[in-house]
Amino acid sequence: MENDLNLKATELRLGLPGSDEPERQMIPRPNKRTLSDIVSEGSRSTTEEDHQDTAPPAKVQIVGWPPVRSYRKNCLQGKKDEVEGGTGMYVKVSVDGAPYLRKIDLKVYRSYPQLLLALENMFKLTIGAYSEREGYNGSDYAPTYEDRDGDWMLVGDVPWEMFISSCKRLRIMKGSEARGLGCV
Amino acid sequence: MEPSELKRSKDSPNSDESTRRSSFPDEVLERVLSLLKSHRDRSSVSLVCKDWYNAERWSRTHVFIGNCYSVSPEIVARRFPKIRSVTLKGKPRFSDFNLVPENWGADIHAWLVVFAAKYPFLEELRLKRMAISDESLEFLAVSFPNFKALSLLSCDGFSTNGLAAIATHCKNLTELDIQENGIDDKGGSWLSCFPESFTSLEVLNFANLSSDINFDALERLVGRCKSMRVLKLNRSVSLEQLQRLLVNAPQLAELGTGSFSEELTFRQYVELESALSNCQNMHTLYGLWDAKGIYLPALYPVCTHLTFLNLSYAALRSDELAKLLAHCPRLKRLWVLDTVEDKGLEAVGLNCPLLEELRVFPADPFDEEIIHGVTEAGFVAVSFGCPRLHYVLYFCRQMTNAAVATIVQNCPDFTHFRLCIMNPGQPDYITNEPMDEAFGAVVKTCTKLQRLSVSGRLTDLTFEYIGRYAKNLETLSVAFAGSSDWGMQCVMGGCSKLRKLEIRDCPFGNAALLSGLEKYESMRSLWMSACNVTMNGCRLLAREMPRLNVEVMKEDGSDDSQADKVYVYRSIAGPRRDAPPSVLTL
Repeated sequence: MENDLNLKATELRLGLPGSDEPERQMIPRPNKRTLSDIVSEGSRSTTEEDHQDTAPPAKVQIVGWPPVRSYRKNCLQGKKDEVEGGTGMYVKVSVDGAPYLRKIDLKVYRSYPQLLLALENMFKLTIGAYSEREGYNGSDYAPTYEDRDGDWMLVGDVPWEMFISSCKRLRIMKGSEARGLGCV
Repeated sequence: MEPSELKRSKDSPNSDESTRRSSFPDEVLERVLSLLKSHRDRSSVSLVCKDWYNAERWSRTHVFIGNCYSVSPEIVARRFPKIRSVTLKGKPRFSDFNLVPENWGADIHAWLVVFAAKYPFLEELRLKRMAISDESLEFLAVSFPNFKALSLLSCDGFSTNGLAAIATHCKNLTELDIQENGIDDKGGSWLSCFPESFTSLEVLNFANLSSDINFDALERLVGRCKSMRVLKLNRSVSLEQLQRLLVNAPQLAELGTGSFSEELTFRQYVELESALSNCQNMHTLYGLWDAKGIYLPALYPVCTHLTFLNLSYAALRSDELAKLLAHCPRLKRLWVLDTVEDKGLEAVGLNCPLLEELRVFPADPFDEEIIHGVTEAGFVAVSFGCPRLHYVLYFCRQMTNAAVATIVQNCPDFTHFRLCIMNPGQPDYITNEPMDEAFGAVVKTCTKLQRLSVSGRLTDLTFEYIGRYAKNLETLSVAFAGSSDWGMQCVMGGCSKLRKLEIRDCPFGNAALLSGLEKYESMRSLWMSACNVTMNGCRLLAREMPRLNVEVMKEDGSDDSQADKVYVYRSIAGPRRDAPPSVLTL
């Protein structure tokens, strides 16, 4: 048990401290037949597996299910819940030491890893992985953003939806200033 | 008439006999038969006697081929000499969901080559799930001087360059309908390829494409095509641009808007509303990407005479939908996203008493953490308010047997019932029982049922019900259901009108497959994937029924004896010769 607690404390997660995200695992629900079960079972009756599962579902990703056409999936990809600001959520991105700023559309991304990867590609730098305790320690750069209150916050602390609704601009800090953030 | 004279000398060995048999001249018979449009009626007519067969084949101008491999283009051309319009369908429907390998086939080119020789006056080509290359589109564009209508639905293999060829060369084009295809979008310049002298376009649908088109070219095109009645724009067209187009095309009957969300000034909003209110013929509205609730009132003037509203690309909330539907009393067909939730569907029931068709699509089908969407309550609410409902496609995350029983009691006229409970094998969430009684209620009550898609936890009992009651059923889709071979045997034995059966991830094996031996020749096709069918079972089927094509697609790393994906269809063209290595014909 103690080992578990230690692991949890240093676990790389994105979420509010103390919150517990359901883990996404590739294991089938105990009261459902997996694909291989269905195929090999033949005529085994379903009444054997009637006990209710109350845990949140952890699903196998099944090819072609639900039966939604790929065309329709692609159309809805860029669609998220309404964010103020009209089409696109373009914010300025500055990198310390760069001669000019860039703009990115936050609505295009669905998670922090996607955003950070895009920033890394755009500016040809390494930001590294986020950790709740250490921030982005271990790399020279730390992504920060200005929120509605005008405060400069470390990217990654709050849930994604909260982040994109409050982020007004991004600044990728460099060097000692960046490293310092991790130890606040 | 020349053709009938030629015919008499070629086809009837004894001309005295034939004149005795038919009570009126062939010309009259042909004239009468030319008024028959339904291809099923024509098939029946052709079976009456040899004279009628001949009269029918000479008078047929449109041919519908539901499976491109069931017949060859040469056979078609030999039988029907005067075709002007062709509808062809290719890949099995599950290719829409990535279950069919990439290079499976259904290439149109061989057909086009034959058509160019035998039907130089071809006017219309409608393709569904076919592979078509740019070269084929170019060939089409230059080979048929009278070509008028091209419709591509769920096709792939082509790019916007092919469309450019069509726009450039087809001087008499009236219809260009590009829907839901796997198209390589290389840019919008194809639209500028329509010559300035070109004015015949009546239907233009490029909603599928994502890149920007030259708006000036589009505006001029729409302005000079005075007969245009269907215009479906892509997302790149803004609201302001839409207004400019509508001012020049108030005669439009069907409109697909572009993006419905930019910031509009008050004056721009008023102008848009005014342009829309001039469209007195408009009965279909589509598109509305990223629709912002505040601009929807601009649509109200059009809503009063709308019969088809497709909101499946607009993530509306329940209150936004409710406000809009209050203005749509004549609606017959409605497509929405499940973002409208049950409350939105209650509004449907309250405002749209004439509704006949409802489709509810999932906005986030693959995100397990989403807990909203629609439930059984929304469907029930619609059924109370819309007794004429006969077509439904419903994606939900929970359902009960009792709810479905209520729904079909309220709406007994269902012809198409497609229910998708998105979690495979999920039972009635209140009683935890299988959903057998739900579908039992559907087939017992809805005697006109033609198409059924089942889902949820289902035992063989569901299929017993289907086999016993669904006597008009033609199309059945099954996934993650059934307990044993008996289930499929019930269906094969009971559903006399079955034409298309598609099954995935069910415990049906060789006994089930072979129980349909006698039946498959009267069906268009059978698909079975991830079931218990083996190669030996398939080989036996192929051996016993030589007029069926039995094709097996193997997955990497699967057991040699398992037939992972099986596609069986009747054919008078014999086994196909263009199958890729991953497809084995037995």
